Amino acid sequence: MSAAAAGVPARPVGTFLARANPLSKLAAAVLLTLAVLVTVDWVSAAVVLTAELALLPLLHIRIGTLVRRIWPLLAAALIGAWGTALLAEKTGTVLLDAGPLLFTSGSVAAGIAIGLRGLAIALPGIYLLTTTDPTDLADALAQKLKLPHRFVLGALAAMRLVGLLVEEWRTIGLARHARGAGPDAGGAARLRGFAGQSLALLVQAIRRATRLATAMEARGFGAAERTWARTSTFSRIDAVVFGAGAAVSAAAVAAAVSAGTFNFILT
Amino acid sequence: MLFGRKPRSRPPAVAPAAVIPEAPGSRRRSRPAAVTAAGWGWQHGGRNAPAVCGLDLAVSPGERVLLLGASGAGKSTFLHALAGVLGPDTGGEEHGTLTLDGVHPADPAARGRTGLVLQDPDSQTVLSRVGDEVAFGAENLAVPAGEIWPRVRSALADVGLDVPLDRSTAMLSGGQKQRLALASVMAMEPGLLLLDEPTANLDPDGVGEIRDAVTRVLDRTGATLIVVEHRVEVWAGVVDRVVVLAAGGGVLADGSPEQVLGNPAHRRTLAASGVWLPGAAPEIPGGPWTPAAAGPRLLEARGLAVARSARGPAVLSGVDLTLDAGTAVGITGPNGAGKSTLALTLGGLLRPRAGTLTAAPALAGTARTEPGRWTSAQLVDRIGTVFQEPEHQFLTNTVRDELAFGPRRLGRDTDGQVLARVQHLAERLGLDGLLEANPFTLSGGEKRRLSVATMLATEPAILLLDEPTFGQDARTWAELVALLRGQLSEGSCVVSVTHDAEFIQALGSRNLQAAGGELGAVETLTPGLGDTAEAPTGRGRP
Repeated sequence: MSAAAAGVPARPVGTFLARANPLSKLAAAVLLTLAVLVTVDWVSAAVVLTAELALLPLLHIRIGTLVRRIWPLLAAALIGAWGTALLAEKTGTVLLDAGPLLFTSGSVAAGIAIGLRGLAIALPGIYLLTTTDPTDLADALAQKLKLPHRFVLGALAAMRLVGLLVEEWRTIGLARHARGAGPDAGGAARLRGFAGQSLALLVQAIRRATRLATAMEARGFGAAERTWARTSTFSRIDAVVFGAGAAVSAAAVAAAVSAGTFNFILT
Repeated sequence: MLFGRKPRSRPPAVAPAAVIPEAPGSRRRSRPAAVTAAGWGWQHGGRNAPAVCGLDLAVSPGERVLLLGASGAGKSTFLHALAGVLGPDTGGEEHGTLTLDGVHPADPAARGRTGLVLQDPDSQTVLSRVGDEVAFGAENLAVPAGEIWPRVRSALADVGLDVPLDRSTAMLSGGQKQRLALASVMAMEPGLLLLDEPTANLDPDGVGEIRDAVTRVLDRTGATLIVVEHRVEVWAGVVDRVVVLAAGGGVLADGSPEQVLGNPAHRRTLAASGVWLPGAAPEIPGGPWTPAAAGPRLLEARGLAVARSARGPAVLSGVDLTLDAGTAVGITGPNGAGKSTLALTLGGLLRPRAGTLTAAPALAGTARTEPGRWTSAQLVDRIGTVFQEPEHQFLTNTVRDELAFGPRRLGRDTDGQVLARVQHLAERLGLDGLLEANPFTLSGGEKRRLSVATMLATEPAILLLDEPTFGQDARTWAELVALLRGQLSEGSCVVSVTHDAEFIQALGSRNLQAAGGELGAVETLTPGLGDTAEAPTGRGRP
């Protein structure tokens, strides 16, 4: 209310996580990752993953959408689990013995742990990316973490250029095809063509970057002091986000310890 | 209405440099700046000749100056120096003195006193949201946070950009992006506004938008203006002084628009320098020209739908079009109407989304009848597509190799014929002195001529050009027209995607307009540049 009266554009209204400060999300994600990283066991990974999946409704992401978006990660987790179950120490009872394929209860548990861990580590990053505007992250990094603003804003502007360069790569490809340097040549020529197209893109990237740097400098960028029109703030939401991250991390470790599966990574 | 602009009454317009109005609820707007150059010159690092030399010029606070001169007279360099972005660390060398309100423009005391708007809208957008973009300059000047958003809103209102503050900057049209760039510098409340060909890349509606927005902000702030532009007619009614820089250094002419533009001697010099003068069409080399009779059918589109990518939405559909030898076609329409996508599809670079595109035997020869399935080598032999940005198509390190690339690709490098053809083309296009130069080091007009010449080298039956006249001055424009007229007389078909009504007329083109997802014929074409602001969009549609 007061912000609107001062003429400040309100924070984007959106899902719960989208309204949180990027730094609290980052901190929660780091805690969760640490909790899963310190121990290789399926209990802690399952606790973290369950908590993460429970967040889906809060993010307004349907499970189908999520699967479509992260299927390469799912595939990687499955392959990791399969490989581990196949190669890990064969302890416990034998579950399947078919020549070279030998699975025991111990190796399967290790495989499941590896698969779940992979997903539990990947999901916080996905959530952070899908709910965070890069500009807000830059604001938070510069204002709250006090990273040098010249570096943070330079990186932010460069990121926007990357999007333009994707389109430019396509245009250059078509432009070269029109000149007779298209993709229908043989293997070696195709490789040369790729190198040429990369060089052409590099030239354009440098030109654009130089022009952008001039435009930024002309608008006073680069001085030691600057103010921030968007104030990066912490609110109760951030306490909740960080608290939830800490609580789930602690619960995961506690559950693993009490279930006797805690398996410190450095032992 | 969360992000809506607050309605507020606009302060009355004032004469330049008279009373400086108060910004609503904030400090006084900064005062108009004065500029003096005394024997000033600048030599870029690594160049043999200075970009500017011996410049003596005084601009009073609140004056509105149109800066003219031939390409290479140093107009842009002067603007960049005034904007303080030609520092000693750029490797250049400065002569004489240049001051902005008594201090050097690169002096920390001059920070934020100037606002520079450049030609290319895409290269000067820093951030991804409209509001953040406008706030960026004020933030850099350490304006207190509470004052920034009122400034942002008032700057956006001044340039007439009525979009939400969280609108993506990538979603704006060319004219909107340039008005955003203008708002972004106005939020810094500069005393001197510097515009470097701000309308060169815009369609006629965009040109009018920018001219009107600049007039509004100047009326409101009283800031000093220096604008560089080839098209005089756009700014003649806005400025109160015209300064012509001489190619060899110094000032050639200086006075009111009437004095400078009405002087026959000045007019001749300006026309020779490539300046577009009001009421005078550029003189096209080769004299009067009449289009030849149409030759055989080359390409036919039936119910064609075109899309930028294999899965993207169709931007134009139901296109019926025939291309005959010796004829010209001009495709016009607002930004984003799908003109370029249509050209890429006609050029065999994109596959049709729906419908058919069929090459007649006269064009296809031994190849298939669908241009979209041709190989690169088959393509250069039949259809030449000239892209908007010449640099996208440069493949080699010298102009000579560039011209020889296509013929060599077709295996025509047998008995010195390629070299003879290269020599002939280079002479015809005035590139024969530059055969060993690197294509990337050429001037804008030379790059454009080279990119057309590389396509002519393989003598394709159809020549497709995407915005061939963007950023060209009147002289290079006339040269391009003469060149394409020659191609038409020799029986080529020339298709141009352009906003340039005069260009279409000069080629005797059939005019088609892309709008609302369809392509329609246009009966009459409104010529002229000065009437762009008043003309409604989609004018001339049947």
